[in-house]
Amino acid sequence: MHRTGELYGQFQTLEQQKESATLGMWVFLVTEVLFFGGLFMAYTINRHAFSTAFGAGSNTLDIRLGGFNTVVLIMSSLTMAMAVWSAQVGKKKLVSLFLIATLGLGTVFLGVKVIEYKQKFDHHLVPGHGFDMRYRTQNPAPTDDPREIATEKEELDKAFAADPYINAHGQLYFSLYFGMTGLHALHMIVGAGLLVWLIKGSFSGRFTPQYNTPVEIVGLYWHFVDIVWIYLFPLLYLIDRHR
Amino acid sequence: MSKTPPTPAHKFPREHYLNATYGIRSWLLTTDHKRIALLYLASVTFFFFIGGLFATMIRIHLLTPGGALVTPETYNKLFTMHGVAMIFFFLIPSIPAVLGNFLIPLMIGAKDLAFPKINLLSWYIYVIGGSFVLYSFSTGGLDTGWTFYTPLSSVYSNSAVTPAVIGIFINGFSSILTGLNFIVTIHTMRAPGMTWFRLPLFVWAHYATSLVMILGTPVVAITLLLAGLERMFHLGFFNPAMGGDPILFQHLFWFYSHPAVYIMILPSMGVISEIIPTFARKPIFGYSFIAGSSIAIAVIGFLVWAHHMFVTGESTYAALTFSFLSYLVAIPSAVKVFNWTSTLYKGSISWDTPMIYALGFIGLFLIGGLTGLFLACLGLDIHIHDTYFVVAHFHYIMVGGAVMGYVGALHFWWPKITGRLYPELLSRLAAVILFVGFNLTFFPQFILGYMGMPRRYHTYPPEFQVLNVLSTAGASVLALGYLLPMIYLVWSMRYGKVAGPNPWPATGLEWKTDSPPPTENFHVTPEVTWEPYDYKNRPDLGLGAPPLAPAHGDD
Repeated sequence: MHRTGELYGQFQTLEQQKESATLGMWVFLVTEVLFFGGLFMAYTINRHAFSTAFGAGSNTLDIRLGGFNTVVLIMSSLTMAMAVWSAQVGKKKLVSLFLIATLGLGTVFLGVKVIEYKQKFDHHLVPGHGFDMRYRTQNPAPTDDPREIATEKEELDKAFAADPYINAHGQLYFSLYFGMTGLHALHMIVGAGLLVWLIKGSFSGRFTPQYNTPVEIVGLYWHFVDIVWIYLFPLLYLIDRHR
Repeated sequence: MSKTPPTPAHKFPREHYLNATYGIRSWLLTTDHKRIALLYLASVTFFFFIGGLFATMIRIHLLTPGGALVTPETYNKLFTMHGVAMIFFFLIPSIPAVLGNFLIPLMIGAKDLAFPKINLLSWYIYVIGGSFVLYSFSTGGLDTGWTFYTPLSSVYSNSAVTPAVIGIFINGFSSILTGLNFIVTIHTMRAPGMTWFRLPLFVWAHYATSLVMILGTPVVAITLLLAGLERMFHLGFFNPAMGGDPILFQHLFWFYSHPAVYIMILPSMGVISEIIPTFARKPIFGYSFIAGSSIAIAVIGFLVWAHHMFVTGESTYAALTFSFLSYLVAIPSAVKVFNWTSTLYKGSISWDTPMIYALGFIGLFLIGGLTGLFLACLGLDIHIHDTYFVVAHFHYIMVGGAVMGYVGALHFWWPKITGRLYPELLSRLAAVILFVGFNLTFFPQFILGYMGMPRRYHTYPPEFQVLNVLSTAGASVLALGYLLPMIYLVWSMRYGKVAGPNPWPATGLEWKTDSPPPTENFHVTPEVTWEPYDYKNRPDLGLGAPPLAPAHGDD
């Protein structure tokens, strides 16, 4: 199909094109909800069945890094919304600026995620043959705070008393942890790629008040990925912090 | 056709989508929905052959009680690969991706689908997924059953499960993108005057199908991904040895795979709703009920999945609920059958080939649907669960229903796709052969199942041999019924009579344009001013005055 300006040949008007693109993205997000839904279902069932192991697994996560990342992502949603607004009112320089800010914040999130994953590898908390919930308390690094290790050991002892198979059930928690945050991170990486494409377009001044559909629908996608994290954060980091 | 006045010979259009551009690149990089439909036609036919080959070997093997052809292990692989090829790579994409792709823009008066590039992408995803599955088939095969139940698939199976699971996972996105494209297209691309209740019922059926595709497929994608990860990295989601729950896999799997049955049958029902009024020369009876029943089937279809698990450990109350909900699906299905029958009543029926397929569909779907009620019944299901009764039931729905609809649709729209007619007498004969062969193959299996022959066994007691031989004989007739259309449809592409824009004639918008249509579908954007299936008020069809009502006093 031929393209005239920004209008693709199968459409009659720009409004029709925008309506289709937006609806398409919403439908896609519905499929994403169900895609993540399978994981949330698996989480719910296993969390119910093995609450001790899930609580103990959750407590090994670094709440400071997770909390920091939550703030970073909410900030990136704000800058994304600002980018959409800038495109709608025709402030072309601001569009580029806010898109770059969003990309920067997304990259920070992914960087922190890498640090967190590395910690889990170091602590033998990756499902598989070397998995051991007690590894960190038995082999503390010199930089670890001894008091933190002591509390963790005490909590783990209690957990082991309540659930002798905690090393098996803890693997389920960490499978879900890596599965859910990994799938979320994959969506962030795709989002980052889309942002690079938008930034390129914004440098050439492509987005105007008349035509800004790409910014808007990538914005929808970005907000969706943020919302997934808003659910992941309490489910993975906070479930056993009340004690 | 005898009742229509003779029409002047038609001329083949000079320019159309098939000769607009030439060369292999113009096909592999096309964004024309009509060409992509033909790409799909070629690839699903390929998988139909593969699946058919396995089916043939299964039926030959079962000729004798001890098994005539292969080892037990190979038999397990045969029925698994038959199911995987047929369900994921033939039945699910067949009508939507071939005929839906070709027809939806034509039927609603659009130049193309809303996202032509995504449409092409979905074909490539299908091809990539299919390649993974073929790789699995050719390097060790697959023996888990098409259902991939864990922990057999994730731990114990020695066959090539991982590439198959990856292939089906990838292929799922093809289905999701097709569904997404259809939904958006139907919402935003309708021509002026094409209101929702003027949409052909084929389009309504595809809207319902697309809903199932976008809501169900992601769930099976993530489920199979988890099963695959479990196999590759020894995770424990579904492995009881590690605290996981195999029943969870079954729930998640059937949450998609039961609605997937409606992905297969709903488009076929849409086809029948087009064919019946055309060859009864009557407006369809209860348009809005048929349209609504498609949506109802899609919605209720999502609430019945656990009827596959009556004997695999669920509470009696859950089983009762799912049994009741399964009965409910019969209501919208029956609405359709009654409405088709009422459309036939006092219609001016002609026995063209598509009509034979449509009438065959109604009969076979009726048997398949009613035996589904037997299986939804808790007490009876204990007896016939996992027997050939189930096999016969779902083949009546999928082969008798979905495939009859698909082949019927190919015949109905073949003149539109290629611009030429196939030999009428031969095609009627093939339709009858297909119908007879199908019944001979699968009806004995109802009896076998009721007498207790379990499915998926490579051997059976000698007293079941007569019925098994009948079934295998039927399968040979059925194969002939499939081969004949493949030959004469291809033949007709070159030598068939030129069809003209509207050979039947039918009322849909797709028949207003050339056959084959131009690349942009319509030379001018059409404006719809008529109601659907209005055979009484369409003098342009050349049907003449409607016949006078008969002078009986009883109606």
